[in-house]
Amino acid sequence: MDLNLKAYELRKDIVDIIMAGGGGHIGGDMSVIEILTALYYDRMNISPDNTDDPERDRFVLSKGHCMEAYYAVLADRGFLNLNDIKDRYSKYQSPYIGHPNNKLKGIEMNSGSLGHGLSVCVGMALAGKKNNSRYRVYTVMGDGELAEGSVWEGFMAGAHYGLDNLCTVIDKNNLQISGFTKDVMSSDDLNEKLTAFGWNVIEVEKGNDVYAVADALKKAEEVKGKPTAVIAHTVKGCGSLLMENKAGWHHKVPNSEEYARIISDFRLRAEEVHHE
Amino acid sequence: MNKIHNRQAICDVLIKEGKKDRDITVLCSDSRGSASMTAFADTLPDQFVEVGIAEQNLVSIAAGMAHCGKKAFAVSPASFISTRSYEQCKVDVAYSHTNVKLIGISGGVSYGALGMSHHSAQDIAAMSAIPGMRVYIPSDRHQTAKLFEYLIRDNEPAYIRVGRNPVEDVYTEQDAPFEMDKAVWLRKGGMITIIACGEMVRHALDAAIILEKEGINTTVLDMYCIKPIDKNAILAAAENSDVIFTVEEHSPYGGMGSMVSQIVGSNCPKKVINLALPDAPVVTGSSKEVFTHYGLTGEGIAETVKRELGK
Repeated sequence: MDLNLKAYELRKDIVDIIMAGGGGHIGGDMSVIEILTALYYDRMNISPDNTDDPERDRFVLSKGHCMEAYYAVLADRGFLNLNDIKDRYSKYQSPYIGHPNNKLKGIEMNSGSLGHGLSVCVGMALAGKKNNSRYRVYTVMGDGELAEGSVWEGFMAGAHYGLDNLCTVIDKNNLQISGFTKDVMSSDDLNEKLTAFGWNVIEVEKGNDVYAVADALKKAEEVKGKPTAVIAHTVKGCGSLLMENKAGWHHKVPNSEEYARIISDFRLRAEEVHHE
Repeated sequence: MNKIHNRQAICDVLIKEGKKDRDITVLCSDSRGSASMTAFADTLPDQFVEVGIAEQNLVSIAAGMAHCGKKAFAVSPASFISTRSYEQCKVDVAYSHTNVKLIGISGGVSYGALGMSHHSAQDIAAMSAIPGMRVYIPSDRHQTAKLFEYLIRDNEPAYIRVGRNPVEDVYTEQDAPFEMDKAVWLRKGGMITIIACGEMVRHALDAAIILEKEGINTTVLDMYCIKPIDKNAILAAAENSDVIFTVEEHSPYGGMGSMVSQIVGSNCPKKVINLALPDAPVVTGSSKEVFTHYGLTGEGIAETVKRELGK
């Protein structure tokens, strides 16, 4: 199946999860879904059958609030059950909470507090090097998250230890809850900053194209001696003109009319993708 | 006077066990010297990780390594690892349930004149409030070694605080009774109980010796296990006491004394008097001078007990 069409299938699952649970981070879910699709359907050595294999690839969703996108992927890949998620997400005594919960199959680490994932992945990659393991370690961060100081501690350490088994993808959608990232706390010149920190940097102009992201991830696998940061230029709310590039859709729950419009937009966009 | 500080006892155990178990990994934040971990780094360099002055990174990296099979011992000044890295301790260690032992060195006021930035008088309260985090403050080098021989074999998160300077022995190498998560009964008898932890245990014992000479017999408990605290020992002591004194190198809020008061108040109401550091930056001085200033030495504790008894 075309993986960009898969991402549109997953978009509908995401919105359905949000509608069922009455909450979620829809804007970021829409910008990150092609990145997660590239990781889970193309690049990563991870499946429901190898979650205990020491040689499996590791993934940490550092921007943990985009959990609904992660649920949709984990369910579709067979780690979790979509109907169970929709039935219980955010409900009393549910394990399906609004951020990663590593009591659920397929989730390595808990997150939610921003600025943790990269440093945790530095530790995972370092352990892999010390054990002569061949697994790769991936994290996905938001661009708003880059204001957290601990992120830069992680960038320093990743380069210091030459962790070429480590790759972070930055979901650069230019928006955060309060508005444009350039207005809240600029992360301009990101390529130059990360290069100066000693990282291999790959920019993906079409960050909402699964194949463009997957191609960058593949290139990262070939780099030796330094970690790779993929800057994926994405669109917050991608998939529906109702939501795209609007900070107000950071965590808005659609009403019934908006839901119908969003699903219709997904269908039209998927058809465009299909004909490209 | 004992010249070996508790940090050294930790390093000795980690080197001994680290030679046998290559997953034992020590991480420092430019703190290997002050943590007495230089010998570990020199002896087992492949099992040592330097993260630089970045305590948040220290804890997260330790958690990531632990998640991938390492037995991580993150060592940094208690003031920084407990509260500067608090979010990482909460989320990456306790909440994610990684096998990280967080070792706070030079705890309490043992950095002396370096001031409140370097003092850790909040760590018991902070770390104990994290679900899934155990908290230990051993009293001397022998107990520290026994505690680490135990901790090295379990897979649960824990925070352990030790001081900076050598402390007088409470135990001997041959006679250091230790049962995990059980307080040590150092003395039994009388209507007064003193419950102490860490460096204060030696002072509590000294107070008991002074009081005994004046005809006041006391029970003394070494409550090295702050969380899980030994509730049974507290209640057993409380039932036979008129007054319980708690002594700790910590803020008066949220420490071991607060926990003891909660347990006694709920189960066996008796008067509990908490001796602790003040709710203020402490006076400048060495640990000994600070303890003397606030009545936290053998003499000071004995004076408080006698005052309470009207003697």
